[in-house]
Amino acid sequence: MALSGMRGLSMFISDIRNCQNKEQERLRVDKELGNIRGKFKNEKGLSPYEKKKYVWKMLYVYMLGYDVDFGHMEAVSLISAPKYPEKQVGYIATSCLLNENHDFLRLAINAVRNDIIGRNETFQCLALTLVGNIGGREFAESLAPDVQRLLMSSGCRPLVRKKAALCLLRLYRKNPDVVNIDGWPDRMAQLLDERDLGVLTSAMSLLVALVSNNHDAYWSCVPKCVKILERLARNQDVPQDYTYYGIPSPWLQVKAMRALQYFPTIEDPSSRRSLFEVLQRILMGTDVVKNVNKNNASHAVLFEALALVMHLDAEKEMMSQCVALLGKFIAVREPNIRYLGLENMTRMLMVTDVHDIIKRHQAQIITSLKDPDISIRRRALDLLYGMCDVSNAKDIVEELLQYLSTAEFAMREELSLKAAILAEKFAPDLSWYVDVILQLIDKAGDFVSDDIWFRVVQFVTNNEDLQPYAALKAREYLEKPAIHETMVKVSAYILGEFGHLLARRPGCSPRELFSIIHEKLPAVSTSTIPILLSSYAKILMHMQPLDSELQRQISAVFRKYESCIDAEIQQRAVEYLALTVKGPALADILAEMPKFPERQSALIKKAEDAEIDTAEQSAIKLRAAQQGSNALVVADPLPANGTPPVGSLGLVKVPSMNTNTNYEATQKALPQPNGALSEMDSQQAIPSPDLLGDLLGPLAIEGPPGDAAQSEPGSASGAEATSNVVDALALAPVEEQPNSVQPIGSIAERFQNLCIKDSGVLYEDPYIQIGIKAEWRAHHGRMVLFLGNKNTAPLDSVRALILPPANLKMELSLVPETIPPRAQVQCPLEVVNLCPSRDVAVLDFSYKFAASMVNIKLRLPAVLNKFLQPLSLSAEEFFPSWRSLSGPPLKLQEVVRGVRPMPLIEMANLFNTYHLIVCPGLDPNPNNLVACTTFYSESTRAMLCLIRVETDPADRTQLRMTIASGDPTLTFELKEFIKEQLVAIPANPRAPPPSQAPAPPPAQAPTQVAALTDPGAILAGLL
Amino acid sequence: MLIHIGCWVCVVQIHFVILINRQGKVRLTKWYSPYTQKERTKVIRELSGLVLNRGPKLCNFVDWRGLKAVYRRYASLYFCMCIDQDDNELEVLEIIHHYVEVLDRYFGSVCELDLIFNFHKAYYILDEILIAGELQESSKKTVARLIAAQDSLVEAAKEQESSISNIIAQATK
Repeated sequence: MALSGMRGLSMFISDIRNCQNKEQERLRVDKELGNIRGKFKNEKGLSPYEKKKYVWKMLYVYMLGYDVDFGHMEAVSLISAPKYPEKQVGYIATSCLLNENHDFLRLAINAVRNDIIGRNETFQCLALTLVGNIGGREFAESLAPDVQRLLMSSGCRPLVRKKAALCLLRLYRKNPDVVNIDGWPDRMAQLLDERDLGVLTSAMSLLVALVSNNHDAYWSCVPKCVKILERLARNQDVPQDYTYYGIPSPWLQVKAMRALQYFPTIEDPSSRRSLFEVLQRILMGTDVVKNVNKNNASHAVLFEALALVMHLDAEKEMMSQCVALLGKFIAVREPNIRYLGLENMTRMLMVTDVHDIIKRHQAQIITSLKDPDISIRRRALDLLYGMCDVSNAKDIVEELLQYLSTAEFAMREELSLKAAILAEKFAPDLSWYVDVILQLIDKAGDFVSDDIWFRVVQFVTNNEDLQPYAALKAREYLEKPAIHETMVKVSAYILGEFGHLLARRPGCSPRELFSIIHEKLPAVSTSTIPILLSSYAKILMHMQPLDSELQRQISAVFRKYESCIDAEIQQRAVEYLALTVKGPALADILAEMPKFPERQSALIKKAEDAEIDTAEQSAIKLRAAQQGSNALVVADPLPANGTPPVGSLGLVKVPSMNTNTNYEATQKALPQPNGALSEMDSQQAIPSPDLLGDLLGPLAIEGPPGDAAQSEPGSASGAEATSNVVDALALAPVEEQPNSVQPIGSIAERFQNLCIKDSGVLYEDPYIQIGIKAEWRAHHGRMVLFLGNKNTAPLDSVRALILPPANLKMELSLVPETIPPRAQVQCPLEVVNLCPSRDVAVLDFSYKFAASMVNIKLRLPAVLNKFLQPLSLSAEEFFPSWRSLSGPPLKLQEVVRGVRPMPLIEMANLFNTYHLIVCPGLDPNPNNLVACTTFYSESTRAMLCLIRVETDPADRTQLRMTIASGDPTLTFELKEFIKEQLVAIPANPRAPPPSQAPAPPPAQAPTQVAALTDPGAILAGLL
Repeated sequence: MLIHIGCWVCVVQIHFVILINRQGKVRLTKWYSPYTQKERTKVIRELSGLVLNRGPKLCNFVDWRGLKAVYRRYASLYFCMCIDQDDNELEVLEIIHHYVEVLDRYFGSVCELDLIFNFHKAYYILDEILIAGELQESSKKTVARLIAAQDSLVEAAKEQESSISNIIAQATK
């Protein structure tokens, strides 16, 4: 092909290519930009051809990485040029140089609209392409109807319509209301009858976007998608152009299957049958071939089919066929397939109980951990992490440890974190856990965060049996010649606390312990010295009988640090020195650490933080942000000497606790991230006469040691306390403002939906989307809140409080105060079901966008049925239990009226979705249903529940039900629960409780006004 | 199976397309998600570092900041498209190949030089293949026809212009 025909442009590009170095290039570019600037300024003499040429040059310069802001205007102005060549340049350059948030783009809206509604097909194409690529909200508001008209118009040629479909998709992403018009879903279904495969591909992409947000309106598209798949799979009526390496449009196949995955299930039996036929054909008929492209395309289809099979939760047989295929894939030579095999196995773990089948491939997966490709190693690590349980934890963790020594730096942190979590979660015995963590510190000390060693100390402190073992291990590690500083910290701490338990062993006398720890002191940093000093003090305390020589040595060390420049070290040295002369009183003050309150592992939360990693923000930054939001809570060290009755003792006890309070600071496990303020204040106000109580007081909410050290004068913390109060006050009036933000979709419906499903969107408005993904195991649950900022400006003052009912224990990890633009953060929420109840937890969520504060209260779908686990009983098992539970309060019977009439089969389905498993054949009367389930809570443990429903075929609105279980509350609550479902769902979702979000004011005006008048808001929009 | 709780209203398939050569020189960039100028520069720097350093015979996917870069090398050029974590990687990999085949057909065994001197053509062609980060047309024939039609429109305008300037030149003689 000949060169572009623009000589000036080719010359310029050649010049640039001939530049010897970056400096020369810069000079040449500057010269050219100066030239272009001059030309643009003096526009009169510029012919359309020249203008076009300069804009191209500018685009080229821009691609080289130089700033060409001055020319944006010129590029945009070319859009309204009358002739095609200039217009084309204008459109392309604008869509490359600008993004949807640029101001200049607004200037072009009118010109673009004129082209869209004009008669010129080629102009229409250019305009649709631009809007499709960079159109923003304003475009969505002003152009959507025109674009829809083009898409549906029979007079338009396919080339315009396919562009219109994707353009509409873009506009929909910017503003979902663009399809809020009567009859739109019908039109969408009609679009799927399209013959032209180009238009159909685009229409299918549009459908995927629509159903990913809300599938309900599009059920009529399901059979059509299946038809399209059938047509493609059988290669019927597919033009040669649209076959790619012999495969009928793989892209369209993938998209159609993806669209189907957004529907909860496919009920229509004939569609379901056809679909499974197609899927079966794909699963069976895809072979590995030589040609790379053909291979990729056919496997793209295959992997999508696998995902769809998993989603549809097909029969066991088909699922195991899938796992078998994946098992084959993870062993093939082709790296892409290996990668995808591992990735999809990990996804599969989340769906169904295929754990056991996947475990058969454990050896192969472990081999992948040594793959030459880091992408594959990452997937293997994810999969091992996901498939680990008590049975294979030992093997897997030991593999990870072994791999740690050879792994590259990029993976070590993640690797050590994951190993630590698995060791903690699935430790068959605690001494093994201690071994693993110490090995971790030994092998990859730099990558072992403080959380990890805090956690091991916590475990050892809480488990007496473990203490001698841990002390012995610590002693062994200290003997190694060069050990990591973290190892020094943890060993010194453990030996200080529990070294005396080793007293009888050789080499473990107080004197020997002291000297082996003290050897390390010259090499450690200032953050470790305080820990060593505490250990010395503890060794001294445990010393029986008194060894005056050792006491002299230790006192000498304290004395040496008495004038240390580091305040923390100095304070400890001074205080410990004072204590050494106290004799037996020392033992009272430096008593052994009390047990730590059981709390959820900070490590697991940290792992989730690490996963957040978004386009804008690295995980590390985000973590820092979280700590920032944490600061308000933890940076308030209780002023020890501010509490009246403690006197001189007050001075010493805080530092003696300091090492330990570290964990608390890093625990980040405070249940109510920012709301903990009031609790702290109240604790502060109670002067505790009991020494131990007083010690524990600060422990729960203590700040980092640095802060505690400064608390001596009491002024620092006082200042902080006041600032906290001010903060709290500053927030209050803002919060009272009514919400000016309209939620998207029905909150109640979303909640109902989530009561049945485990993942989905809980709430959405123009600024934020809150999604939930939950896992339930017995009476434990873990929900992850996904907070997604939909904007290009950050969301500030984000606050989430959980208001749990009495029956649930809930712990939300810290929610960062700011969500960066377009980022999503994940906040895990641990749930423990204490006892049976239908009460619902509420999430009190607020954030600030631009100038307005938005507050929403949302019910959380941690509802009774989440703690039910399906169970199917035979007649021999059922009847004895049924008989043994006789009469109230264990067995309750009630006649329910006003039941939503439904066929028996539908009722059975409804029961099944709530994990009340209908056991057919138990009741001889065909109008009756018998179901059973297991309910899990901390008070009841696993409790069998039996249900019998007798319906009246003559009157479907009433029925009699009998519920039995071994717990009276459970029986009652379950009965009420089922009643609620039968009477209300789904035609008429329960009215939200009073705590539910107040109806938002109808207009969105306040936000907009604020946005227009507040300069900050305007800026935020543009950036 | 899909857990699509995206940061955006709904999932964008391809966030951006980057074409770089072995030396890290940018030959084409196209952004379907809004990135500022600063972010664009950063993205290019990071991704080229990541992709160019990967050896041969490895898979075509790299994790990058919670997203996934799907890339493929053709001679001296790397084509890279960035997608969400749970998008179909192979599908996108073949979109890359589809684009390359169309380029190849248009230029006649395309090479890096073609794309340097005719970078604007590479943009036209990409716009016929992707809009809004989604595949628009999978028929190579159709794309070729549309591009040819555009070319002839430009040619026609050029001829017309030169004839007009001839007339003016004649008249002012």
